[in-house]
Amino acid sequence: MALASPAFVPVQTRSERLASTSVTDFPAVTGLEFEWKFIPLARVKHLTEGALDGSPTAFTYSVSAGTAVDWIDPSAPVVGTAGVPEDRAAANAWASVEKVLHIAVTGEDAAELVVRRDRFGSTARAAHVVIEAAPNSKGVVILEHHGSANLTENVEIVVGDNAQLTVVTVQEWDDEALHLSSHFARVGRDANLRHVIVSLGGSVVRVNPSVHLVAPGASIDSFGLYFADAGQYFEQRPYIDHQAANTRSRVNYKGALQGKGAHTVWVGDVLIGPHADGTDSYEQNRNLVLSEGTRADSIPNLEIETGNIQGAGHASSTGRFDDEQLFYLQSRGISEEEARRLVVRGFLAEIINEIGSPALEERLSAAVEAELVQAEAVRASALVQ
Amino acid sequence: MSVLKIEDLQVSVETEQGTKQILRGVDLTIGEGETHAIMGPNGSGKSTLAYAIAGHPKYQVTGGSVQLDGEEMLDKTVDERARAGLFLAMQYPVEIPGVSVSNFLRTAKTALDGEAPPIRSWIKDLDSSMTALRMDRTFRERNVNEGFSGGEKKRHEILQLELLKPKFAVLDETDSGLDVDALKIVSEGVNRAKETTGLGVLLITHYNRILRYVKPDFVHVFVAGRVAEQGGPELAVRLENEGYDRFLTGANVE
Repeated sequence: MALASPAFVPVQTRSERLASTSVTDFPAVTGLEFEWKFIPLARVKHLTEGALDGSPTAFTYSVSAGTAVDWIDPSAPVVGTAGVPEDRAAANAWASVEKVLHIAVTGEDAAELVVRRDRFGSTARAAHVVIEAAPNSKGVVILEHHGSANLTENVEIVVGDNAQLTVVTVQEWDDEALHLSSHFARVGRDANLRHVIVSLGGSVVRVNPSVHLVAPGASIDSFGLYFADAGQYFEQRPYIDHQAANTRSRVNYKGALQGKGAHTVWVGDVLIGPHADGTDSYEQNRNLVLSEGTRADSIPNLEIETGNIQGAGHASSTGRFDDEQLFYLQSRGISEEEARRLVVRGFLAEIINEIGSPALEERLSAAVEAELVQAEAVRASALVQ
Repeated sequence: MSVLKIEDLQVSVETEQGTKQILRGVDLTIGEGETHAIMGPNGSGKSTLAYAIAGHPKYQVTGGSVQLDGEEMLDKTVDERARAGLFLAMQYPVEIPGVSVSNFLRTAKTALDGEAPPIRSWIKDLDSSMTALRMDRTFRERNVNEGFSGGEKKRHEILQLELLKPKFAVLDETDSGLDVDALKIVSEGVNRAKETTGLGVLLITHYNRILRYVKPDFVHVFVAGRVAEQGGPELAVRLENEGYDRFLTGANVE
């Protein structure tokens, strides 16, 4: 006798979500799925089902002591050790790539490595990156994205025991760029991953990091910074999977939205598994709305499967510009325009200051400053009309 | 000689019950170096006067004028009033995350002077004012008002008063919530500003206590949105003994 299959079975826990490297395991995307609910699907649907160019795309990087950069075969044993796709676009990319970009951090105090990826062009492409930090290593890897893109990719991050790795991904794409990126991290015993997502440019940019704390003492500091202008869609869904005991996570994402149709989505999942005794976890997302016509979705989820934890909390807020802050600054002689910039810059500085690369912090401060000047101009012209 | 002249000032606010008039024709003239205390019961409009002078958007001026050396302030934006020489020490200053005290003070000073202060003399002034207000050096790196205790917020307001050097300052209940030691420190700061810059002060208070440390030249009793009585320092003593009851008869405050 066949069992009647129910029409809809909701996924009960985050860890039971379908994961596969085969694109055909995922049904065709309709836009009703929670993973695809918010995204402007018409702009990116082809990345979930169409043919992708998986040939290696040229890039540039700074030769840095204690690191190595190479193309490897998708069949290499390290590929797939940090995670497996959880959506159709990621699976499509996985199956399509001909080569995997391998970034190794081996030095105990490696020099900062900057990989500049700016030659994807407008062809629909697949990519795969593996960043591997050897046990006891320490390093900073920065992935910088510029130019045009029509890209779906997987980025694996393997952090060896006792290693300290910082990975920063900066999206400063051209206006039309499409970028779906699934990050998977596997953090070993007493190791720390500092993971930073900065999205400032592009049409649709989604970076979803899934972080697995697999051994005791593993920790993750997960940060995000985004500034969406008119028509831009930025999404990030950090998932922190506390598997082992005495693991620690801190998630802090901040975003600003300005201009008609600016849309940001943050979904923060924290799962504290049955063996994750002594977990210490906190996640938050804050959005600052600078004009009418924007939308910020912010959804924190917390699942706890053990009673013996140190702490678990979450916070989420989306607010308009605080007129009292403006009044206070102006009452000290500061012009309205400068006061607004000061407040927004201050709001985002909390994340920028956490990046851990002075050169990049300085550059991003300037990039945010440029966004603010542009935002002020848009606001001023709207007031005139 | 600088003069701040308030004439027949009328101010309303929007409430759920409709427009409500708070100030009903306030007349006050404050000369350079003078200290005027404004005392009065809760709800008499003291804070409204402070915020209306500073230009808070919540308060609608429906009549009258506020002139600084003959120049109308009510036509100006909040920051223009500050640059003209007005300062408001707030009762509940707002937190500004991510903006350090030192960045804030330098930005304000630059905006007021039209150019950045010379770094060496600025640091020296900042250090000496902070020392005098018994503020720890680490204070400079904290975010504006974030996590400040009540006393720290008030000291920070007076630090700004000393560094920004306005012509006239309105102190909105700067004394409330302070213990006697903090009250003395804050009062000394006000007195220093008066001595060094000829600051004129409009000191709004609920209590007589601060008037022992910051001596008023004039005392005004504020009732139902206007000045009901004025006199010298002796009036404050009388108010402390008698309270406001004799002013409240027939006064419809709310």
